[in-house]
Amino acid sequence: MSTKKRISLSVNGKLLEGEAEPRTSLADFLRDDLALIGTHIGCEHGVCGACTIMMDGQAVRSCLTLAVQAEGTELMTVEGLLDENHQLHPIQEAFIEEHGLQCGFCTPGFLMSTFELLEKNPSPSDDDIKEALGGNLCRCTGYQSIIKSVRLAAQKLQSANTAS
Amino acid sequence: MKPAPFDYVVPETAEEAVSCLQKYEDDGIEATVLAGGQSFVPLLNMRMARPDVVVDLRKLKTLKYIREEDGVIAIGAMTTKREVEESELIQQRQPLFHASTLEIGHLQIRSRGTVGGSMAQADPAAEYPAVALALGMEMKILGTDGERIVPADEFFITYLTTEIDSTELLTEVRVPVLAEGTGWSFQELARRHGDFAIVGGAVTLRLDGGVCTDPHIVLFGVGATPVRMTAAESAISGQAPSAELFAQAGEQGAAELESPMADVHASAEYRRHLAKVIIKRCLLEATERAGGSVS
Ligand SMILES: Cc1cc2nc3c(=O)[nH]c(=O)nc-3n(C[C@H](O)[C@H](O)[C@H](O)COP(=O)(O)OP(=O)(O)OC[C@H]3O[C@@H](n4cnc5c(N)ncnc54)[C@H](O)[C@@H]3O)c2cc1C
Repeated sequence: MSTKKRISLSVNGKLLEGEAEPRTSLADFLRDDLALIGTHIGCEHGVCGACTIMMDGQAVRSCLTLAVQAEGTELMTVEGLLDENHQLHPIQEAFIEEHGLQCGFCTPGFLMSTFELLEKNPSPSDDDIKEALGGNLCRCTGYQSIIKSVRLAAQKLQSANTAS
Repeated sequence: MKPAPFDYVVPETAEEAVSCLQKYEDDGIEATVLAGGQSFVPLLNMRMARPDVVVDLRKLKTLKYIREEDGVIAIGAMTTKREVEESELIQQRQPLFHASTLEIGHLQIRSRGTVGGSMAQADPAAEYPAVALALGMEMKILGTDGERIVPADEFFITYLTTEIDSTELLTEVRVPVLAEGTGWSFQELARRHGDFAIVGGAVTLRLDGGVCTDPHIVLFGVGATPVRMTAAESAISGQAPSAELFAQAGEQGAAELESPMADVHASAEYRRHLAKVIIKRCLLEATERAGGSVS
């Protein structure tokens, strides 16, 4: 029963292999086996959004995905936002500048939901932002500073794109 | 909040999945199918489900499709809600189904949650079962003896229970396209956008010679399954649309509800009140979309 299964997948551009029991969530696998502890685990039933990561180009809940289901997929976690020189991503810079976090527990999930939003929609309206982040809970900020952070992140990414 | 141990198999085809399920059943082993996991994994995490074996459908790429054939949009059970949401075919040919998809949870849930999973889960507050009933969808079910087709009004039995046997697989959901001239509405009331609805409604109707014809009024969140509101439908059939008529239909609908659910989200009385509000709003909107105006 429940013998470990081999899992090969790509995380933040690197091909990795590991082993997990079928019951291990992808969130636990990332944290405990791959030592990627940036992904946080909050409610473990999909409601809080802290564990949000990118899977094959879409934001998903890593607490509601089994590690074995991630076989052959391409993941990006919050660690993947850093560039090769370990510089923060413009989205992260924007969250710092606009105080988009206080305790920071929910932040990895907000960053990943924002990442998908801005990839698909570089100049979102406030409604688009609220829709995209509606599945992420924050207990500190009252959300206004998060919305401002996303607006600023969009500007930063757009000016980076026009500069390059 | 960690699942109890279970064994895990990943069949390559739908037929293989079904014969796996049959074998487990014959051997007295409890096996559960896993699709997108957005309802089932929470149950595993909370140990409300403790199957011996999980049969993961993730390799069944042949059950991932959206295509129109003879006035019906056939959707493979493993198609995600994101794929429905992004489908131009569905947006154009079945706008009611499309609109209801956008109300399901959050984008991050719709990335993985499947069409088949929502039908099979049969949550009384879920959008898809209600839309299935309102539009007269059909469910294609595969067993070791072959396929059968079950209409929506026979498919949903009670809370979290459908016609699908523990040895069967839902393979396809068949959605009739919205006929030209049909007005529709999908509305729900929830505490926050993305939450399960407290009460919601899915409505279609037509206007012929200035009167309402062929109304389909379905509410969800009010009982063990979605409910077709037949008294409200009779109240408007053959009548000219008016705000007064629709308010009356709301009253009749609310009276028709036997005993609306009561839970932490809302009392039975509040749900009865919302039923009235939703029926009226849906009828007004559907009439407008059918090209009519309301006196
Ligand atoms: C935070 C959150 C919010 C949500 N909000 C909503 C909402 O507002 N409205 C809503 O409707 N849903 C909501 N959901 C549930 C979500 O839509 C689920 O995706 C859906 O109910 C089940 O689909 P799934 O593919 O994830 O199925 P799973 O969770 O994998 O399976 C659900 C059940 O169906 C069975 N099953 C799945 N596929 C098949 C098949 N092909 N044949 C036979 N049996 C099958 C499984 O065995 C299991 O019992 C929410 C979920 C979360 C976590």
